[in-house]
Amino acid sequence: MIAANLPALQVVLPLLGAVVCAMVRRGPLAWGVALVVSLAMPLIAVGLLIQVLDGSTISYALGGWRPPIGIEYRIDIVNAFILLLVSIIGAVIMPYAKASVEAEIAPDRQPWFYALFLLCLSGLLGMAITGDAFNIFVFMEISSLATYALIAMGQDRRALLAAYQYLIMGTIGATFYVIGVGLIYTVTGTLNLADMASKVGEIENSRAIIAALAFLTVGISLKLALFPLHVWLPNAYAYAPSMVTCFLAATATKVAVYLLLRYVFSIFGKVFVFADLPLPEIFLVLSLAAMFGASIVAVFQEDIKRMLAYSSVAQIGYITLGIAIANKLGLTGGIVHLFNHALMKGALFMALGAVFYRVGSVKIDDLAGLGQRMPITMGALVLAGLSIIGVPGTVGFISKWYLGLGALEHGWWWLVFLLVLSSLISVVYIGRIVEAVYFRPVSSAAKRATEPPLSMLLPTLLLVASTVYFGIDTAASAGIAGRAAELLLAGLR
Amino acid sequence: MDVIKTVVEHYNHWIIIFLLVSGLYIVVARGNMVKKLVGLGLFQTSVYLLYITPGKILGGTPPIIAEQYSVYSNPLPHVLILTAIVVGVATLATGLALVVRINEAFGTIEEDEIFAGEEDE
Repeated sequence: MIAANLPALQVVLPLLGAVVCAMVRRGPLAWGVALVVSLAMPLIAVGLLIQVLDGSTISYALGGWRPPIGIEYRIDIVNAFILLLVSIIGAVIMPYAKASVEAEIAPDRQPWFYALFLLCLSGLLGMAITGDAFNIFVFMEISSLATYALIAMGQDRRALLAAYQYLIMGTIGATFYVIGVGLIYTVTGTLNLADMASKVGEIENSRAIIAALAFLTVGISLKLALFPLHVWLPNAYAYAPSMVTCFLAATATKVAVYLLLRYVFSIFGKVFVFADLPLPEIFLVLSLAAMFGASIVAVFQEDIKRMLAYSSVAQIGYITLGIAIANKLGLTGGIVHLFNHALMKGALFMALGAVFYRVGSVKIDDLAGLGQRMPITMGALVLAGLSIIGVPGTVGFISKWYLGLGALEHGWWWLVFLLVLSSLISVVYIGRIVEAVYFRPVSSAAKRATEPPLSMLLPTLLLVASTVYFGIDTAASAGIAGRAAELLLAGLR
Repeated sequence: MDVIKTVVEHYNHWIIIFLLVSGLYIVVARGNMVKKLVGLGLFQTSVYLLYITPGKILGGTPPIIAEQYSVYSNPLPHVLILTAIVVGVATLATGLALVVRINEAFGTIEEDEIFAGEEDE
């Protein structure tokens, strides 16, 4: 009974959990509910991934209405991988959240905070699991609306501006997405993704389909913060509560990338998008602009959360670079970087959240000398930073290795050169943090700082350990990413 | 003459495009945060029409099985747009709530005044 309904439970549990959180009205109790739900999510995701690992797909007819009429939850390796990623991050962050939230959020707002978090989680999981184009929009808005409110809970009053700006940009993105879906619906008469894929092929060169692809690409690119549509991201990450920044940086943009992969490869098809239209060139140029432009801006930031937010924009450039390369190795690099970046950015923002918990600031000058006061946390910060640079033995290297191999397969040796060059820029900004933390005298703000409580330290260390583990044993991460890339390139048709 | 005929026959599309572009223009050009949200609402409304106009058949009835009627409109776009309207209302409500909070925190809802104030700090 439970095994057959796993796809529905993946979305329904956090949705119900959110309602319960809102009803209990007491912070610690709401945290308990959110913890139980978040810990159950990876179990469900693993259960789903095991079922599809042999290359099969699960089709779940919601409410007993059979597809393509009813809403179908359709799971293959690609979205099972995304589900696992999102739910693992949710589960790792939740134990960490308690101390951090108690320090940053007023007690009467804490239950609402956890309710919003679970709504956001359920929206993200829903976007990944569903096989219905309009259902994706609904889940997108569930997660986005929850996110706007979560960001607005930041202590700085500029958090409100960041949330407002994200609301405007996010709604434009989501509306562009609906326009794209509407155009496809008027010419194919279906909203089911698999059904859509089989029907789009016959009419792919019509103007409506090309316009739909354009609207979908721009809409989703706004959500995934593709350069130059990233302006909402740095402020949103910088002013949101620490725990929200961790969760968003690790999951929200990743699910949007999944949507892009799904539409570009499964629905429109590689041949149509990459041979007939100039999409690979566009993605290539924008990815490179993100890798260099955002990295250079990151170097000059004083607020480390902001610095890492710009670094996120750059790292998203690597992921979309994998889409632009569009052969098996390149796409594997893109997908595995999606996973790896979630781990390392999650770890970095968690370490920073711990700093904020003890020091009360994440300005680079206030972190001076913190290496002596919080050696374990700073060690974690530096290890995850090395991963951003792409040092061999960390996950960052694995992604860049596959991207490089994919580029070489096209004979684009200059791209390999640019990959290395852009990594050198990240050496500069990570180097600035290392310099402040280890080579400067202890700042007045950091004088009394000590290691954070174990509930914050252990999840951080777990993520950092995983960035090293998956940098050495790539069978699970790159292996599954490779199979997902194969499946995407084969298309749904 | 053919051009004029096509233009006039597709008048619903012109309305959609006009609403879409004017809504987006307001979002971009206005500095007042409430006006921006109004523009956003206009922009979303254009999408409602985009879905509904192809679903409506002239002379068609609601999709109810009855002997005397054989032509009826497609109900699915209407249902989808009901959902989209709910989403739009929720977005507008969240946006307005944020504007209220911004007004409390900054004392203004004009974007240029807020950014000017931020630079002084």
